[in-house]
Amino acid sequence: MSVSTGAAWIDKSASGMAKYNIFRSVNWGRLGVIAVPALWLGVFFFIPFLVVFKISLSESAIAIPPYTAIFEWDLEEAYATFKLNLGNYFYLIEDDFYLDAYINSVKIAAVSTFFALIVGFPVAYLIARSKPSTRVVLLALVILPFWTSFLLRVYAWMGFLKKNGVVNEFLLSIGIIDQPLVMLQTDFAVYIGIVYTYLPFMILPLYTALEKMDLTLLEAAEDLGARPLQSFFMITLPLAVPGIIAGCILVFIPAVGEFVIPALLGGSDTLMIGRVLWDEFFLNRDWPMASAVAIVMLVVLVLPIMLIRNAQGKEEAHS
Amino acid sequence: MSPKKLGLVTALAITLSTAAVAQEQVLNIYNWSDYINPEAVAQFEQETGIKVNYDVYDSNEVLEAKLMSGSTGYDLVVPTGAFLERHVQAGIYAEIDRSKLTNYGNLDSVLTEKIARHDVDNKHNVPYAWGTIGLGYNEAMVKERLGDMPFDTLDLIFKPEVAAKLADCGIGLLDSPAEVISIALNYLGLDPNSEKKADLKKATELMNSVRDSYKYFHSGKYISDLANGEICVALGYNGDILQAQSRAEEAGQGNVIGFAIPKEGTLVWFDLMAIPADAPHPDAAHQFIDFVLKAETAAGISNYVYYAVANTAAEPLLLDEVRNNPGIYPSNEVKANLFTQNAHTAKFDRLLTRAWSGIKTGR
Repeated sequence: MSVSTGAAWIDKSASGMAKYNIFRSVNWGRLGVIAVPALWLGVFFFIPFLVVFKISLSESAIAIPPYTAIFEWDLEEAYATFKLNLGNYFYLIEDDFYLDAYINSVKIAAVSTFFALIVGFPVAYLIARSKPSTRVVLLALVILPFWTSFLLRVYAWMGFLKKNGVVNEFLLSIGIIDQPLVMLQTDFAVYIGIVYTYLPFMILPLYTALEKMDLTLLEAAEDLGARPLQSFFMITLPLAVPGIIAGCILVFIPAVGEFVIPALLGGSDTLMIGRVLWDEFFLNRDWPMASAVAIVMLVVLVLPIMLIRNAQGKEEAHS
Repeated sequence: MSPKKLGLVTALAITLSTAAVAQEQVLNIYNWSDYINPEAVAQFEQETGIKVNYDVYDSNEVLEAKLMSGSTGYDLVVPTGAFLERHVQAGIYAEIDRSKLTNYGNLDSVLTEKIARHDVDNKHNVPYAWGTIGLGYNEAMVKERLGDMPFDTLDLIFKPEVAAKLADCGIGLLDSPAEVISIALNYLGLDPNSEKKADLKKATELMNSVRDSYKYFHSGKYISDLANGEICVALGYNGDILQAQSRAEEAGQGNVIGFAIPKEGTLVWFDLMAIPADAPHPDAAHQFIDFVLKAETAAGISNYVYYAVANTAAEPLLLDEVRNNPGIYPSNEVKANLFTQNAHTAKFDRLLTRAWSGIKTGR
């Protein structure tokens, strides 16, 4: 039995599928189907990535576009110049400001992911164990927030958290506090924003994992004398692991690069890589440097995660 | 059909087709948000038959990012001085053809001379509006904490012991490194456009000494935050703070907002109309610029947006509340104390942004 089916709709990336199947046997029908997502990824992910990588190796200039060309032809003189600038990457390493930003982004994303899991698991569990008819309604409720703009929802949180906002007014009126709490423009608000925004991405894969679970396993455990809590930790939780991993990745990766939430809800001391990128791009007008920051983020943060996923996928395929 | 009739029909057809061509004329304007009275655009369309596509932005950085990528399709953009200066270096703009501008003489020559610091002989720009960066304050909240101390001083935000008293009601600063640092340099008695490392260090030290008293750095939030008492002092654009003032009045929650130009002197900025070199409709753009230079149009804009226009002919047409508002049209003594912020070299920009990130994040 494959335990990964629960999260199969998300975590089997097109490239992963391509690798396994092409090597097993050449099935042209399948190949055709795979070509579509592969082409999509190539055009909308890989080529833009190469463009960004190329810009990161040039130098900023006051011109249109605001960076120097790496490769220059001169047809009349019949020579070509090829100039690579690695200075941006050296600068990234030299100044520990960027390292701080990366570390802080990872910290904020990790803490948010943890809380999203804590909040999301019971919700997913409830949905998976409720009647099929209720399930549809509950799932719709999870997805419903997507029907309004993400930006609007973040602004709504500003209304909740500000000094004379809903939360403070309520706490003041029932006498729990006598001074309004400072919540907006703090890391706390950023955590709330990220957990709130990405919660559905945690709940959905968890739900799929829990819903596919064979409930007779629990009965068997009960027959063998396991208490409910014991069977939860020994059966439900291990079977939900693929869902947990998929959910955590879906929350963690976008949270690391998040810009809007820290910009609107965070204080100016909330240092995150997304904001550093914005500053590089718009305040410094240094596109090459901004590109280098983005490339490093991808390589340092996303690649290891993808490799882990890939290794896991292989393990599952073998078992 | 008689030849005569045929001639008539042909003439009619020609008239119709030229009319159709005239109707197809368009003008793509990219201007700041809330920066024009809506009637002005409608009137221009009516007078010239040119269809205006009016698009807005809310930061120079966004405008610049678009312009730097090239072929925006815009015919007219309105960057601030220091940005235009860089854009001219990058060769983004076409030269303005003054022979097409019948109303150019309406401009205030004292101001255009200042603007020439950004653009030699003002070859690529025509001023749209101008303003200052100053202090917005909540009268009651600041009085409660500082007593009778005057409002028109940068001590409110730069003197640690004063700013500390205001920390609990909230101080907001523009998130604009070049502008804020130049004001800090000027406050320290240094050249506001200095690119010396030592000077930047002094300004950074000054900012760091008061950093803990600031609530945030943001270039837009302070308007509503001042209006509803979320913060009590802001360093911001004059028109924005005057907007906060009227919003506070409308809200009727008892917040009275004032604006002061600091006595230590502050930055004066100019938003300048310019035509991108690859603009598809440069003639229409010139027509619009000339329209804006008309006394009635300029006065209409100033009366609506509460920013000053550099248009001498428009002065008699201004509303009293605009003309006599020292926050919009400051007195000559105050004007003498204003400085422009010029474009920095890329190298200094990098140092500046780095220092600014350090100030903002407190590290």
